[in-house]
Amino acid sequence: MNIPAQPMATSSVSVGNGESRVSKAKDKVKMNAQDVKVFYGDAQAINGIDLDIYENEVLAFIGPSGCGKSTFLRCLNRMNDTIDICRVEGKITLDNNDIYAPDRDVVLLRAQVGIVFQKPNPFPKSIYENIAYGPRLHGLARRKAELDDIVESSLRRAGLWEEVKDRLDKPGTGLSGGQQQRLCIARTVAVSPDIILMDEPCSALDPIATAKVEQLIDELSESYTIVMVTHNMQQAARVADRTAFFHMGDLVEVDSTDQIFTNPQDQRTHDYITGRFG
Amino acid sequence: MSISIEQRRQHRLMTIEKSLAKRHRKENAFRRMGLMAVITGMTLVAILFVSILMRGVPAFWQATFYTDVYFDPDIIQLEPKPERESGESQFAFDERYSQWLTRAGLVNWQTLIDNALEEALGEEVEPRQLRDLRALVTSGERYALRDRFVEDPSLLGQTIELKMLASANVDVWIKGNIDRDLPDARQQLSAQTREWADRLEEQGVIRNAFSTSLFLNTDSRSSLASAGLAGAFMGSLFMMVVVIALSVPLGVSSAIYLEEFAPKNRLTDLIEININNLAAVPSIVFGLLGASIFIGYLRLPLSAPLVGGLVLTLMTLPTIIIATRASLRSIPPSIRQAALGIGASRVQTVFHHVLPLALPGILTGSILGVAQALGETAPLLLIGMNAFVANVPGTPLEQSTALPVQIYLWQGNELRNFFEARTSAAIIVLLGLMLSLNALAIWLRKKFETRW
Repeated sequence: MNIPAQPMATSSVSVGNGESRVSKAKDKVKMNAQDVKVFYGDAQAINGIDLDIYENEVLAFIGPSGCGKSTFLRCLNRMNDTIDICRVEGKITLDNNDIYAPDRDVVLLRAQVGIVFQKPNPFPKSIYENIAYGPRLHGLARRKAELDDIVESSLRRAGLWEEVKDRLDKPGTGLSGGQQQRLCIARTVAVSPDIILMDEPCSALDPIATAKVEQLIDELSESYTIVMVTHNMQQAARVADRTAFFHMGDLVEVDSTDQIFTNPQDQRTHDYITGRFG
Repeated sequence: MSISIEQRRQHRLMTIEKSLAKRHRKENAFRRMGLMAVITGMTLVAILFVSILMRGVPAFWQATFYTDVYFDPDIIQLEPKPERESGESQFAFDERYSQWLTRAGLVNWQTLIDNALEEALGEEVEPRQLRDLRALVTSGERYALRDRFVEDPSLLGQTIELKMLASANVDVWIKGNIDRDLPDARQQLSAQTREWADRLEEQGVIRNAFSTSLFLNTDSRSSLASAGLAGAFMGSLFMMVVVIALSVPLGVSSAIYLEEFAPKNRLTDLIEININNLAAVPSIVFGLLGASIFIGYLRLPLSAPLVGGLVLTLMTLPTIIIATRASLRSIPPSIRQAALGIGASRVQTVFHHVLPLALPGILTGSILGVAQALGETAPLLLIGMNAFVANVPGTPLEQSTALPVQIYLWQGNELRNFFEARTSAAIIVLLGLMLSLNALAIWLRKKFETRW
């Protein structure tokens, strides 16, 4: 299902002024989770979660530390596979295909569902190589010029092109923290995934860098589905269309961001967003 | 009230100050201890190096005769060196040539040396003194003379200046490595030989010259002065080739598999424990293993560098595996996650990102392991590499000895006052080789080092 991303009816998008985003009209389910349970050895981290993720939405996971939001996020592109003791039950589909099916190629899945981590983790290579690695890996560019184009457009999308265009051959690790994180986002974008997962992408950044990344998420949501974990409720309010509240391995409530922050249905959500715990 | 707060503040400060003094004392004591440890270590190393250098360096120069040797046709009664005639078969020519060589071997080359020495001394030597005269030049030189003539028969009738090694005992006497006041009965050389040696040294016939024989000759028992390291060096070289060719690829690939791909279960735990234990097994045990498997069971030849290399490979493998695993483990997991996150497979993640970053550590570990193998002696004794071998091995299957074993053999030689210096010289060669290997390790580390 490769329907090109439509610039949908997006009404005024405002970022950073405290006003919450106006939801876009979305109805197509991109990913779906049914009764997902995750175990680390004998300890259960996720107690059975059902969730729909719609195409081109920004979905934020909030909740106190250790509530399972990052664990669940990592289930969505099977990054949990790399942890030996981690076991996932239930069913997660991407475009109605089970991503945990035995014949499912995890490499292809991760090309479709990219991930940006909490701490910027550029490769200790040049800026160019950081971006070019993914497309080269998947054979997305046949000629050098094509690869150059992908590198440029990815860096442009990440709002980094103007800052680094003169030093593409310099190491990516030499950039500032915020630039490194945008480089990592560009690296993910370069593979042209359908969905970008972000695991607290701004928690290691200062407020200015955070604002830039948030703006970037907003722009990317035009063409990508974005699922992000955040500790920062204001951030969720600023960038997310919908917000999901996790608590102790349960998905307590998921609704439009407005609804969650103004009229939560569950007492725990209410307590959390009003600062009673967390 | 305010006084009491102020007093308490003062009291608190005093308490902290008191504890501060104690902390500083402890810190200083620890620093002094550390410094002492370093100084002690450095002093011992310095003593070791100085003593080895002081003994070994003089052995690189040896008492050498510079004399005119007359290739006397009356003594060398040989027909001209055969040339292949037209119409003669190769076989017939070879036959003729080898007969000529045999006759060349029968020529009394020693007489040429005797005559040259008589000339240098300027006196007629009586036949009963011939023994004393022949104690001057090392016995290997007559063969060197023969080989030189066979190489170039046009020397017949000519007089040329030749360098000939003095015998080991003369070298000892000239260098003062024996007490000159010892009574005749306890001297290694007769009074006559000693007198001649002193006279020739005064005349400048005997000089100290750089000892090429130390590097170009093999070990020798008949001509001790020309005993060299060439055979042992080649033996060690062949062994190192075998060790590097086997232990580095085997060790690195098993480490990569165990660290990056193997499931973590009881079996891999058991393997890990075993590898760690193997690294601590005394090397002589590996020698026993090699003797029983490679020689006893597989019937590989005794004293062969191939077998030595195999034994040292077994010994080096755990070291390389442990170093490689530690190096792989030190690569931050974020790099692996980054690669996996954009869809690299596990193999791609390892070979594109983890391995290049771990390379400096892997190289250092491997080279240090190989250097350790280079210096290993005990296991080689058990597979017969301590045999006396007077040939430079041409292949890893020929009999050979190794540098550390040669040191061990020379150290036990009964001509102590000559071989003590020779042993130290051999140690210097071995240390030089090791230092170069370690320097290579450091250079590779610097070259491949990447920061992240």
